[in-house]
Order: sequence, then structure tokens, then C-alpha cells
Amino acid sequence: MMTARDNLFYFCYLHRTGLTVLGLSILLLVWPLIEDNPYNLGLSNLIAIYAMVVLGLNLFIGYAGQISLGHAAFFAMGAYGSAVGTATLGWPAWPVMILVALATAVIALAVGLPALKLSGHYLAMATLGFNIVVYTVLVQWDTVTGGPSGFAGIPYLTVGPVAFDSEIRQHYLVWAFAMTALLLCLNLVRSGVGRGLAALAEDETAAAALGVDVRRAKIKVFILSAVLASVAGSLFAHCYAFASPASFNIFVSVDFVIMVVVGGMGSIWGTLFGTALITLLPEWIEALDTYKDVVHGLILVLILLFLPQGLVTGIAAAVRKHIILVRNDHA
Amino acid sequence: MAEFQDLLQFVFAGITNGAIYALIALGFGVVHNTMGIVNFAQVDFVSLGGMFLFSGLFWAGLPMPAALVGAVAAVTLVGILVERLGIRPARSQNHLVLIFLTIGISIMIRGGMKLVWGKNRMAVPHLAGEEPFRIAGAAILPQAVAILVITALTIALLVLFFRGTRLGLAMRAVASNQTAASVVGIRIGRIKAASFAMAGALGGLAGLLVTPITTLSYDVGVLLGLKGFAAAILGGFGSFPGAVLGGISLGLLESLSAAYLSSAYKDVAAFVVLLLVLFIRPKGLLGK
Amino acid sequence: MLELHKVSKWFGGLPALQEVSFRMETGRITALIGPNGAGKSTLINCISGVDALGGGRITLEGRAIERMPAHAIAALGVSRTFQNLKVFSRLSVLDNVLTGLTVASHRSFAVSMLRLPALRHQERQLRLKALEALDQFDLAAKANWPASALSYGDKKRMEMARAFVGEPKVVLLDEPVAGLNSEETLKIARHIRQKRIAGHTMLLVEHDMELVMEVADHVVVLDSGRCIAQGSPSGVCHNPLVLEAYLGRMEAIA
Repeated sequence: MMTARDNLFYFCYLHRTGLTVLGLSILLLVWPLIEDNPYNLGLSNLIAIYAMVVLGLNLFIGYAGQISLGHAAFFAMGAYGSAVGTATLGWPAWPVMILVALATAVIALAVGLPALKLSGHYLAMATLGFNIVVYTVLVQWDTVTGGPSGFAGIPYLTVGPVAFDSEIRQHYLVWAFAMTALLLCLNLVRSGVGRGLAALAEDETAAAALGVDVRRAKIKVFILSAVLASVAGSLFAHCYAFASPASFNIFVSVDFVIMVVVGGMGSIWGTLFGTALITLLPEWIEALDTYKDVVHGLILVLILLFLPQGLVTGIAAAVRKHIILVRNDHA
Repeated sequence: MAEFQDLLQFVFAGITNGAIYALIALGFGVVHNTMGIVNFAQVDFVSLGGMFLFSGLFWAGLPMPAALVGAVAAVTLVGILVERLGIRPARSQNHLVLIFLTIGISIMIRGGMKLVWGKNRMAVPHLAGEEPFRIAGAAILPQAVAILVITALTIALLVLFFRGTRLGLAMRAVASNQTAASVVGIRIGRIKAASFAMAGALGGLAGLLVTPITTLSYDVGVLLGLKGFAAAILGGFGSFPGAVLGGISLGLLESLSAAYLSSAYKDVAAFVVLLLVLFIRPKGLLGK
Repeated sequence: MLELHKVSKWFGGLPALQEVSFRMETGRITALIGPNGAGKSTLINCISGVDALGGGRITLEGRAIERMPAHAIAALGVSRTFQNLKVFSRLSVLDNVLTGLTVASHRSFAVSMLRLPALRHQERQLRLKALEALDQFDLAAKANWPASALSYGDKKRMEMARAFVGEPKVVLLDEPVAGLNSEETLKIARHIRQKRIAGHTMLLVEHDMELVMEVADHVVVLDSGRCIAQGSPSGVCHNPLVLEAYLGRMEAIA
């Protein structure tokens, strides 16, 4: 017979994902009461926005086993799409956000379809090239984008009478989006689709023999990740009321990849950790300004050499395996 | 007549740039053939070539020929170090992990260059005078001639190397079937190191040839390297004749589109080509 | 059931399979034997769509499948194991077996991301099915282990559980006892017999002649990509061509 305590444990185990999401949400809800420094809130808001991009990218890297070095381009399409739609054309912000996300999905399909036809990692270069194209357009097409000096005067988002015009209000906006994205991704990876993707990331032949349509799955994940990046871009533009090409160059794309690797390829929770760590690192280490590239590169190289599953997943998996083997020895 | 002169000028510039792209594309191909991965550090080998030439000339005070040889040798060494210290110790042989490793190494090299040589743009002197001479009315820099001659020589040497030397034949064997090659006693580790050394030499050579024309900075290789990759895809990734053909075609395409379509979007042409090739003929012009 | 008609395959200029034809009857075990390099694994790869066919026809219940991609063949009810284990080390043992139910589970990204009630219900059903399969292969106690922590023999049985869990029409077993000790081999033999009794149709590629003689209903012998004999286990055993294919090599080695 199970005691009440066992029952509780079992309940917690069964609903561990939901409960963790709930706990984190409560923490985020009260966070502005503890931390009301606008600068720090601004930082955590940036983490939420980046996390949405990195969540999608991690699905693509960790579950479709592919490389994209162009997610800053999709991020840019969201930001500049929303900027032009609202500030230039005067359309309402929320429908524009959806419209831009749909347009980004179509473009992702057009980029991904040919590149994913091939085995190997052509997509890495195709997306990198795509990022450079988008960046060049942002810089050169100054009548629309504002050129190198950027696009200013993007309106804040509003819901009814509330405008998201301060760091605290934006905190609730961006984290609501980020937590929703997190939950959706968690749901995806623990479904049959997610298991098929995990299989595909490890062995395409085996996955195909189990009935996973490998190419279709990769394209779907690519589009999903592009849409998440686009929505994050829209939020970015509306929160900062400003966007400039420097936020969307290929080095930003590379930083997104570093966030994925640090958190762990294929680890949804690790994504939050990786994003936060890489976003906050320059704040903690002042010397990092000079050594930023070397340190980022070194982090990436060391993790890949010694903990290729990423910091969180790598350590967690090692511990879990150890516990099971030890327990088994005693049994 | 002026129009013809312009065209000639653009064609010549295109072929010159194309030669550089071809050298870089060969560097990508050599590593891809032995390891099956895209080596992103290739782009930094290009910048390093220019950097070492600059240092050899102005810090060490070497004469031009010695500085040239020294720079190529130094980048070759960097290539070997990248393989030894950065790629070989990896616990995972997963291609995803290896490619990300080359990205990490590329970021580190670029950061290192920024620390050593700073962020400023530098001027590298031309190999043989800066006075242009005229052919059929088109002004041609001696440097451009030097680029073409040296590239042609390099390609000839590569052909001899792959056809005639033990190491070259072993590298081809590994490229066609790694398991079979290791069964017949070829040491795969050495071949991988050799392929990185060659990638370094080719990238470095491209860098020191092109930086006198473009000016030198720590990130000059990024765009050049990516165009070299586009050239490799255009020609057929991993195919050596393809790399040369792809490089020249891309150089011409870029130069002519900049001249007659739009110079603001000059850098975009290469990637539009890349995407189109992937769409229409993903194995490239000469791919198998 | 599953029928091969003049199946051929070349690697480069070398023939790996030359006009191989045989039939697999419903509910029977067909064994495929032959010396190393005879083309056995290639044949399994061709049937499951992992390798493209060079020529010939393969039909499943009268339906041509030789031009279909691997995932479509799997969807029609052909499952397989791999000679070199293909275990998803990132997933738990249970999740590994659940990947064997890919065909039966929801395909829609939207439904999965929203975790709609219909999906939750289905997930429970699939989980029960997977646990049942693990139980049949004596792995239920290790359901929540990371798959990478399993022993080699356990991994082999987990792959079999994964291949059988979706109630496929045909199961292709590629050397299920290769590398196992005699005790583990006996276990696998028992599982195969149980599945035979349950009415499963199987193609068994195996070097272990004892196992083949014990469980197979029909034996097909390949040598250098050619089908040199087929028939009942005892009949094939005494076929001079078969003896030569095996013994001839033995002499060459000795």
C-alpha cells in the first residue's frame, strides 16, 4: 500500500515538469518585488527575449541535429518587421507580430528546404550566408530600415489601457512569452514527436527505420525555431523602442549557438541556464570586454571537448547514471 | 571602347578575387575530405596569413620573400595546432560537436588576433610594386598578376602532391574510404593533421596575397572565408577542380554584378549564389 | 506476406546482391544465412528502405515497397533491429521503446506542443504498451534507466522490444545474438520462440547455426550476393552447395 507521503512523492514525480514550470512562474511573478533596479530588470528581460530564440535554436540543434548560424536573421526579421509595420505603416502591433512571424516561417521554409535536402551541414553555411544577406539589407536599405544608425521610435506594446513602457511592466510581458515558449517546447519534447526528434538527432538511419520522416521533421523544427526567433525579435523591438543592425549580425547568431552548447544541446531547461550565463557573463567580469571573444571561444571549446552534452545536462546525466549503477550494485 | 576597357578591368578583378576564393575553397575541401566536417577556423587562417606577413615585414624586419615564406609556415603551424589541441582531444566524434569546436576555435583565434594586433585596419605592402600597368587600356596591378601566378603555381603543386607523393595518395585514400585506409595501415591521425596543415597553408597564402589589396584587420577573413565556402559549394564541395572553377566563377559573378547591378549589395551576391546553388543543383558544378 | 523478386544491388561496380528471390510466409520465421560478406545485412537494408535497391521488386502483402523511403516502409508495418546496436543513449529505456511506437503516435507539432487531452490519453496508452513490451523482454525493472547504462545484452533485448512493440507485420532481426554469451543467447532464443507463437512474421539474419536450426521454418542461403539454396532447415543443411560455401572457406582459412 502506498502511504500519503508516497502518494505525494508520486504525484510530484508524475507532474515534475508542470510543477517546475509553476514554481519558476511564481518566482518570476514576485521577482520585481525583490529586484526593482531597472538596469537589472532590463538584463533579465533581455535573457527572456534571448531565451525564446535559443529555445527554438536548441530544438533545431539538439533535436534535429542541424546547425544554424543565422538565427539572428530571423530575430532581425521579427524586430524590423514589427518596427516597419507599426512605426512606418501605423498598423496595430499584435497583428503585425503574427503577420511577421508567418512571413518569417515562409522565408525559413524557402531557406531550409534546399539546404536540408542534403546530408551534411550545408545549412550551417546557408544560414550564415542568409544572415549576412539580411544584415547587409538592414545596413544598406536605409530609407526603410534607418541604415547603420538604426530604427528609432518603435511604439511600446499595449494591452487595453496598459502600455508596456517600463522595465517592470516589460518583465511580465517578456517572461509570460518566454515561459509559454518554454512550456510549449517541453511539451513537444516529451511527446511522440519529441521522441522521434531525439532519435533523429542521434541516428538518422535508425529514426527513419522507426517511421520518422527525417527531412520533414527537420524542416518543421527549423520553421518552428524561426517563428520563435521572429516573435522574440518583435518583443525586442517593442521593448527597446529601437533596433539597429548591430544587434543582428552573424556574431549574435554565434552567441546564440554558444548559449545552446553551454546549456546543453537538447536540454530545454539547460537553455535558460545557458542563455542567462552568456548574457550575464560580461556583467560579472569587467575584463571580459577586452577578452570577450577569447573567453566565449574558450568556454565553447572546453565544454565541447570535455562535456559535449553541455554543463547542465552533462553533469546531471553523469550523476544520474552514477546513482543508478551504485544502487544496482547494492541491490 | 571605354566600355570594353571597363569590362576587361572588371573581368580581371573578378578572376583575381576568384583565385583567392579558390585557394580558400581548397582549404575547406581538404579538411572536409579527410574529416567530413566544415572547418570554420578556415576563415581565420586567411586573416592570420596577412597578420604574419605584416609582422614579419615590420616587426621582424624581414625582406619580402622571407616574410612570405615565414607567414605561410606560421599559419601552417597554427593549422596543425588547431587539429592537435582543439579537435583531436574531443571525446565525441559527433560531427555536430566537431563543427562547433571549429567555430569555438575560430572565435578564439579571432579574439587572440584582436589582442595581439589590435582592432585597427593596417596596410600591407604589395609584393611587387604598386604602379599599375595597362593591357588594352585596362589598369592592372602587379599584385593581381602575382596573385594569379602564385595561385596557379600552388594548384600545380597540389596536383603533383596528390598524384605523386605518398602523403598525398594516403590523403586521397582516406577521403575515399577512411575504414579501408586505416585497414591498409594509413595512420588517420597523421592524415588529419596534414589536412589541417594544408588548410592553414592555403588559407594563409590567400590571406597574405589578398590583404595588400583589401587592407588588413583581425576579421578580414570572415567575409572572404565565407565567400570561399560559397565558391566551394558552387564548384561542388570537396571537389578540387570544383573549388577552382567555383572560385573563379564566383569572383567574376561578384565583380560583374557589382559593376552592372549594385555595388552596395556586392557582398550579398555570393550568398544569393550559394542559396541558389543549393536550390537548383546542390552538388555544385562538378560535384559527384 | 513479404516477397522479394530478383532483388539486386551494386556498390560501385561490385554486385552485392544478384537477383535474390524468396517469400516470407505469415507467422513464420525465415532465416537468412551465409558467410560474411554474403549480402545479408545489405538485403535487410534494402527491405527496410535504408539502402536504395539496384533492381527487382519487393512487395508487402502485394504492395510494391521497393521505391518507398524508410519511414514509409516502417509506417506499413516493417520494423527491424540493427546489427550494430542503434540505441538512443540520450533517452531512457522506456523512451527508447516508445520510439518504436512512432508510427502509432500523434504527428502534429501543434497538438504535441499544446499537450491536448487526446494526446495525454494516447501517451498513457502507449506508455502501457511499451512497459508491457519491456516486461516481455525482462527489462521492466530498468524502464527508467538511461539507455546508455544498460549492458550489451540488455541493449540487444531493448532493441528487440522496440522492434516488436508496435505490433509490426514483419520484423527484420539483424544478428540478434551476435556478441552474446550462451546464456544470453538462450534468452534471446526464448524471446524469438515466444514471438513466433504469438504469430509474428520474422526474418532472422544470423551466424549462429544452432539458433537458426532451432527456430527457423524456412532457410535462405546467400553466398556472394546470390541465393544458392532455400528450403527447410534440415534440407538446406545437407545441400552440397551450402556445404561448399561454408566449408570451402573453412579450407581456405586453414
